[in-house]
Amino acid sequence: MKKLLPLIVLALGICYLADGLRAPKNTTDFDLAGFSRLPALLNGRIKPLDTVARNTLLTLQGRQLVNNPEMDHAYVDSPIEWLLNVIYRPELADTYTTFRIDNRELLGLIGKTGDDLKVKYTSSVKQSMTTLGFLPSHHSRFSYNDLAPHLDEIDRQTKLANSTDSKFRTPFQRAVLALSSNVSLYQRLKYSFVPPDSTDFYAELMQFQGTLAKSVEAAANREAGKPYDTEALKAASDAIRRYQALADFAYVHPVSALDPAHAVEWRSVGQGLLDSYAAGEVPYEIMTYAALGKAWRENQPARFNEVIRLFRRAQEKLQPSALRKTDLEVRFNVAEPFYRSLNLYALAFFLAVFSWLRWADTLGRSAFYLVALAFVATTAGMLARMWIGGYAPVTNLYSSALFVGWVAGGLCLALEAIYRNAIGSVAAGMIGVGTLIIAHHLSIGGDTMEMMRAVLDSNFWLSTHVITVTTGYGATLLAGFLAIIYVLRGLLTKSMDKATADALARMVYGIVCFATLFSLVGTILGGIWADQSWGRFWGWDPKENGALIIVIWNAIILHARWGGMVRQRGLMILAIFGNVVTGWSWFGTNLLEVGLHSYGFTSSGRTNLIAFVILNLAIIGLALIPLKNWRSFRGTTA
Amino acid sequence: MRTFWKNSVRFFASLKLTVVLLALSMVLIFIATWDQRDLGVYLVQKKWFRSFVVVHFIGKIGFLYPGGYTLGFLLLFNLVAAHITRFKLTWKKSGIFLTHFGLILLLLGEFCSGLWQEDFSMRIDEGQTKNYAESFHFNELAVIDATDPKTDRVTAIPEQIVATQTAISHSSLPFRIEVKAYYPHAAMQLREQAANPVPQLATAGFGRRFALTPFPPPKSDDLPLPAAYLEIVGTEGSLGTFLVSAMAPQPESFVYAGRTWQLAMRPQREYKPFSLHLLKVTNDLYPGSDIPKNYASLVRLETEDGHQDQEFKIYMNNPLRFGGYTFYQYQMQAQAAEKFSVLQVVRNPSWLVPYIACALMALGLSVQFGISLFRFIDKRSRAAA
Repeated sequence: MKKLLPLIVLALGICYLADGLRAPKNTTDFDLAGFSRLPALLNGRIKPLDTVARNTLLTLQGRQLVNNPEMDHAYVDSPIEWLLNVIYRPELADTYTTFRIDNRELLGLIGKTGDDLKVKYTSSVKQSMTTLGFLPSHHSRFSYNDLAPHLDEIDRQTKLANSTDSKFRTPFQRAVLALSSNVSLYQRLKYSFVPPDSTDFYAELMQFQGTLAKSVEAAANREAGKPYDTEALKAASDAIRRYQALADFAYVHPVSALDPAHAVEWRSVGQGLLDSYAAGEVPYEIMTYAALGKAWRENQPARFNEVIRLFRRAQEKLQPSALRKTDLEVRFNVAEPFYRSLNLYALAFFLAVFSWLRWADTLGRSAFYLVALAFVATTAGMLARMWIGGYAPVTNLYSSALFVGWVAGGLCLALEAIYRNAIGSVAAGMIGVGTLIIAHHLSIGGDTMEMMRAVLDSNFWLSTHVITVTTGYGATLLAGFLAIIYVLRGLLTKSMDKATADALARMVYGIVCFATLFSLVGTILGGIWADQSWGRFWGWDPKENGALIIVIWNAIILHARWGGMVRQRGLMILAIFGNVVTGWSWFGTNLLEVGLHSYGFTSSGRTNLIAFVILNLAIIGLALIPLKNWRSFRGTTA
Repeated sequence: MRTFWKNSVRFFASLKLTVVLLALSMVLIFIATWDQRDLGVYLVQKKWFRSFVVVHFIGKIGFLYPGGYTLGFLLLFNLVAAHITRFKLTWKKSGIFLTHFGLILLLLGEFCSGLWQEDFSMRIDEGQTKNYAESFHFNELAVIDATDPKTDRVTAIPEQIVATQTAISHSSLPFRIEVKAYYPHAAMQLREQAANPVPQLATAGFGRRFALTPFPPPKSDDLPLPAAYLEIVGTEGSLGTFLVSAMAPQPESFVYAGRTWQLAMRPQREYKPFSLHLLKVTNDLYPGSDIPKNYASLVRLETEDGHQDQEFKIYMNNPLRFGGYTFYQYQMQAQAAEKFSVLQVVRNPSWLVPYIACALMALGLSVQFGISLFRFIDKRSRAAA
């Protein structure tokens, strides 16, 4: 049994991952899976509507579930169903609580105070869960209808906040800006497929299509000075005004390019309609989306599914390469490789820690298998992201978090293969869980596969400088976490014998060497990139300084050890401080809001970073307790 | 005396000193990075990295800190001393030697860049040709003999001289310039709009209609806007007092001894033996977004001697290197009617040094850690056997 257990764990882990690879099933009569795969252009990238729905929900409310704690069931079962209601049945979607607001003053502004905010659970079980803190006691998400009466005031406050220098904005002003940007995003999404106040857009399009030829003829006659149909011309100019507004307002661009030479330049519905005059007919995508809307509103699943089927067949002929990517992206969204890895890492961590107390071999090996599976899943996820986005693996803070976890995971597997003492698995578990949680929080900003701004748009440098320097971050963090294991295990448990302690010291030393090499080479490559694009090798920009500080810190550790200034415990203390240094270089420099590298960071990030620094300093404080008081070393001299 | 000498050699070559210096450098970089919030990167470099001693205030408490030059030179000294006294060149240590030698090169290279690197900017409108670049940080008083419509003869007087001297004469100028008043940073406004102007000294030119309001010099990377009241004194007496300001849209001009002269306070210029003609600027966005995809300037480069006449496309990550200068895409305006491009022009004779230094360091570290790794694997496989 003991020999079988690791294999059983491995098999279960594989099943867990494989479960995500199954094709998504429809939970209703409507072919929602088919709809979620439809491609559209948004922010420079052609992505499936599934991604549009998920990312918009994350931006609006920080999660993909559309739910109100007072109800027994969620409003809808999936993000794509929410999107369908937003665009085709907005009167319904406007009642869903999808706008997250935390700021008290802003809540007051929309008239939500005191008792309004309390969640009123009907079941007593839920009430007691709330008391224990398992369920939310206050509402933090609100519907568009909640906001609608206050839009004028929100608008006024937005203008005031915009006139304030970003450094001096109050938390209320920052919250107002976030909310007004979310409201505008929601509105633009709503009218990306169907114009506002259109009771039957499909009928409108049929009529529009019918009058196209007449309008063009009338315009041509007027141009030539001949008598013309004034009625037709007036109808056309009304339509143009209406569709121009739709084009200006559009968020999603679901209509393929007019000119095949510029195939990436997909159009909005409004633009597609305006182009109909020149093309002589309404683009088939617009007709299709209108037909889908009609079927959805009239609850006609058979017609809906038939339209999806025909649409798909047409697109397979016209957009084969775009579909290959969007299909994979939907599978990627459903498989959630990073979420599943997070769970595997967490489980591996617990198994590995237990292996120090009991069944070292069995549990240690099980943990190793789980770490390996999680590593494989994150690797696959990152490869999928690279193929879909067309960039090197690290392009923003989000993907740097993924990559740091991946590097640490890989190094831990190597350590574990050499030492087989579960230390690598524990470290992999901690860093894996930590980085994936960080990544999750960073993903709330919107699409994590965004297009790269001009200066960063260089796959050569993204795949050399950024990769090496991020590897350096990952290795420095790993050394720090190994050192934390040394301190906590030695101080609090009796399980660390001399051999283990020496092994840990060798691991930390080896990883610090690795980190020095990569952070130095990465920093240098960054200098060369800067020389290529900004005209100087070294500009003392905050992010550059952050990378340099990591190099210097690793050099300090190595020199202090070579000079005999520190021994085992001193090495560990220095390595733990390496976590503080890395934390500051990785995220702290973004807090400064100066320099060429400062991009995307939130104020909640600041609190977490400070907490991380304090935690590491506290562990350093623990490490300073005299060795004779450490439980593992009591009675021995170390 | 002998023991003192031995002790000091041991001190300067010690690893302890290395660690202390590295730690001090780390703190230096950390504080300097925070200081960028207030000072901007140019002044931070001057204050922290290109200095021997730094005086820094946190709130009202001031303290002294060793500057970048001090730490850099001490590290260099420490490293060289260590190699002379402690290290023996063996295969086992070859990686460390390479790394350290690379580091020495890097430190010297950065020091040389600090001394020799010059940055200029070059703003060209679409369709315009320019044969000079302008300084990011310094201004000059240009006295221009504009009599010949084809070529100007310029006498450039650095702002520093205007700031410190009361009278300026030069062999190329038939008159003397007396500095009546000088302001390192001042706004130039129409008289009726100025709230708190300094006394009006201008007696000639369009400067009479304007007023100056001095401000403290900018604490960040912005170029200061100096202004001055200058009296032109010829052999027959004064020609009047003129206002020059970096904010003036055009130079003051006057006639003396049958020649037309112009006066301008402007960013320091550096003329080049070649000219750039801006053919076209492009700034593409990703479709369906406002994310910039690229910025590019198409320029035509012509040398004065007429031997070279070529087109180049300058864009992000692809500068133009020519005649010891490198031209980078810096800023641009491509959407509005008035299209222009700003190129950053850098001259840095030691630009290649970091590349060599870096290659040496990367190689050195790889060799050193590679040796350790192989030894470790070897030991383990023997232990396992």
